[in-house]
Amino acid sequence: MLAYIIRRVAQSALVLLVVGLAAFSMFRFVGDPVENMLGQERTAADIERLREQLGLDQNFVVQYYKFLEGAVQGNFGVSYRQGRPVAEILIERAPATLELAAVSGVLAILFGIALGVFTAIRRDGWVANGIMSASLIGVSLPTFLIGILLIYIFSVELGWLPSFGRGETVQVGNWSTGFLTSSGLKALVLPSITLGLYQMTLIMRLVRSEMLEVLRQDYIRFARARGLRSRAINFRHALKNTMVPVITVIGLQVGSIIAFAIITETVFQWPGVGLLFINAVQFVDIPVMAAYLMLISVMFVSINLIVDMLYFLIDPRLRLDRAGGH
Amino acid sequence: MKLTTALTMTAMLLTTAAPLSAETLRWARSGDALTLDPHAQNEGPTHTIRHQMYEPLIIRDVTGAFVPTLATDWAPKADDPNVWVFNLREGVKFHDGADFTAEDVVFSFNRAKQPNSDMKELIGSITEVRAVDDFTVEIVTDGPNPILPSNLTNLFMMDKGWTEANNTVDVQDFEGGEITHATLNVNGTGPYTLTSREPDVKTVMTRNENYWGINDFPMEVSEIVYTPIQNAATRVAAMLSGEIDFLQDMPVQDLERVNAADGLVVKQAPQNRVIFFGMNQGADDIEADNIDGKNPLADVRVRKAMSMAINRDAIKQVVMRGQSQPAGMIAPPFVNGWTAEMDAESSTDIEGAKALMEEAGYADGFSIRLDCPNDRYVNDEGICQAAVGMLGQIGVTVNLDAKPKAQHFPLITDGSTDFYMLGWGVPTYDSEYVFNFLVHGREEEIGTWNGTGFNDADLNAKIKSLASNTDLEARNADIASIWRTVQDEALYIPIHHQVLNWGMAENVGIEVDAEDQPKVKFFTMK
Repeated sequence: MLAYIIRRVAQSALVLLVVGLAAFSMFRFVGDPVENMLGQERTAADIERLREQLGLDQNFVVQYYKFLEGAVQGNFGVSYRQGRPVAEILIERAPATLELAAVSGVLAILFGIALGVFTAIRRDGWVANGIMSASLIGVSLPTFLIGILLIYIFSVELGWLPSFGRGETVQVGNWSTGFLTSSGLKALVLPSITLGLYQMTLIMRLVRSEMLEVLRQDYIRFARARGLRSRAINFRHALKNTMVPVITVIGLQVGSIIAFAIITETVFQWPGVGLLFINAVQFVDIPVMAAYLMLISVMFVSINLIVDMLYFLIDPRLRLDRAGGH
Repeated sequence: MKLTTALTMTAMLLTTAAPLSAETLRWARSGDALTLDPHAQNEGPTHTIRHQMYEPLIIRDVTGAFVPTLATDWAPKADDPNVWVFNLREGVKFHDGADFTAEDVVFSFNRAKQPNSDMKELIGSITEVRAVDDFTVEIVTDGPNPILPSNLTNLFMMDKGWTEANNTVDVQDFEGGEITHATLNVNGTGPYTLTSREPDVKTVMTRNENYWGINDFPMEVSEIVYTPIQNAATRVAAMLSGEIDFLQDMPVQDLERVNAADGLVVKQAPQNRVIFFGMNQGADDIEADNIDGKNPLADVRVRKAMSMAINRDAIKQVVMRGQSQPAGMIAPPFVNGWTAEMDAESSTDIEGAKALMEEAGYADGFSIRLDCPNDRYVNDEGICQAAVGMLGQIGVTVNLDAKPKAQHFPLITDGSTDFYMLGWGVPTYDSEYVFNFLVHGREEEIGTWNGTGFNDADLNAKIKSLASNTDLEARNADIASIWRTVQDEALYIPIHHQVLNWGMAENVGIEVDAEDQPKVKFFTMK
């Protein structure tokens, strides 16, 4: 067990290093940050001086090494665009993204499971069929289109909900929250639906198919034969057995909700880390891009690590004949 | 985010006593100010935000004319052409109550000349600024500088006492990531005070009830809420849903929708930016074409033919949806030296262009790569695509290479493009600025954006002499003759002047400013 964990952690660290190296080798192709930082009145000498000051005249491997050196000490450098330490900006922006991701995640899980169970039990009803057809929209429409559609209907036409921003926020310690004001809550509605819709339909379709599978099993038939109420059968026996794969998928989707918030945040001008990243790409703000990419890869790698270890704990078969990676 | 508590409280006290209207202006555009330090960045949106709270000696109104601000009048000194004398406005107070005097002006100029300052190039000719008395300042330049006032319209005045007390005498080292008190706090003389600021999220400003000009300007907006919104569709949606009263950076394709919406209007004016193509005519052979050993662009007939092949009206109708003004010279209207005649010197004549190509020995045409940005100017890539088709008509096969601005502009500055798009604005409103960057041969400090390889010693000398020519009539004659050469040599292919659009709610009264710098003190709210 311990050897397995150590091996997985070492592999994860290697993955992180490679991701970082790949990112740094690509930054050169995004463009020249110096061009954006100096006005049109700058001279060749200004460009040279700034390039040297930022260390851009060096090889990308050297730049990457310097970044890592700072990163292990918690110093991610200084944003070229805002002229402030990247770590400070990320901490300031994280609450917006995490609150949005949390609300979207909860919505996706609640509605996804409820609708999945409903469509599985009433699989021939016209309501269930309607829901299933509608869910195709969630799976197939791109996020930015859903966002723009929602803005058009609920902000422009109906005028019920704001089209951009977080509304009023309240500062609780270092955490700025939108949960405590009515405008903050209203501002959360459209972005969280936009962000969570894909995950919701995914969970719903997964729950439905797993549930249909389980309902066909012998122990469900025996339960029926014993005369148990269908409510007990559906929720106590069937749903419980459906949840194992569903939980795995939910775990993996948590990461993508945070990572894919980029598009939703851009559409709704949501002041989170995703929007920060988009701005950074446009401005060639290398320190911000590097920190964000590293952060997201750390997140994905640790989620995968945790999921792997959970498999190990949950599934005894893996423990017995485990030899290599899975 | 930090609140400037003291300022807020003062502002709140003052607002409760306000006899003026209480109107909030909710304002959005695509980007935010990069810093509030008045001298740390020389950039449009950053200056725009500062203009609400800080003031320079002189500002420009929407027509581009000078408006005396912290200076009441100015003139070159009678007995010394190297000195400008500025008389300052009396009775002006900073937001914290301190008096504005000549000492603050001297201090601000010296601060703006520090190495970390981004404004130092604009005032590079100034050698000394001295206070004669409390309300008179003399500015000494290294030679006569007839257009010095034009360089001062974004040079903001700070309070010496406040700056020293808050350890921000040194300009924020922006690239080094320094944050100073002045990055996030403001103590200016301007019409609005800073209430709160979250960079990239929201900035709130409140009317300064002690403003010196409170009775001289409309000042009808009592609170400004400024929100950057990057996504163009969201920006327009926010305007349509009534969450925004005033919008800059309006996407061209949505103009009609906003105009047609109830209660919204779009106003427009020519912008201080002209779009054109540059051609490498200095090299003996160029890499981007398919002709070996010769450079077709070195022949003025080819350059003229290419210009004649461009149908500027078609670009205006199809690519720009009517939002452009075809150009014949590479200076925006309102710039000293611009003439309507020269700006009309562009015509479409495919047959004539073909004849010129034949005369130059390129009857079969040639192929060349055109480098174009795709995120800098209005529909930049679309313009280039249109040009590809138009140049094809005279046998010039163009391979378009469009990329983001951060990749495009280095090609021009390091000379690795032979045919490129560029747009130019003229903050000083004088042709000298255009010549210094685009016509003078490329050197270390001058001609930095001239990617054409054009380098004429006589013309260079003439351009350099403009800086110190105090005889304005002779100077204007020189400017006209330099323009004549630029036109005759077909140095660049002018395309059009960009048009600026501002969207606003019907009750907001303001005309479009060519510099894209709205100054809220001029706004009326019905």
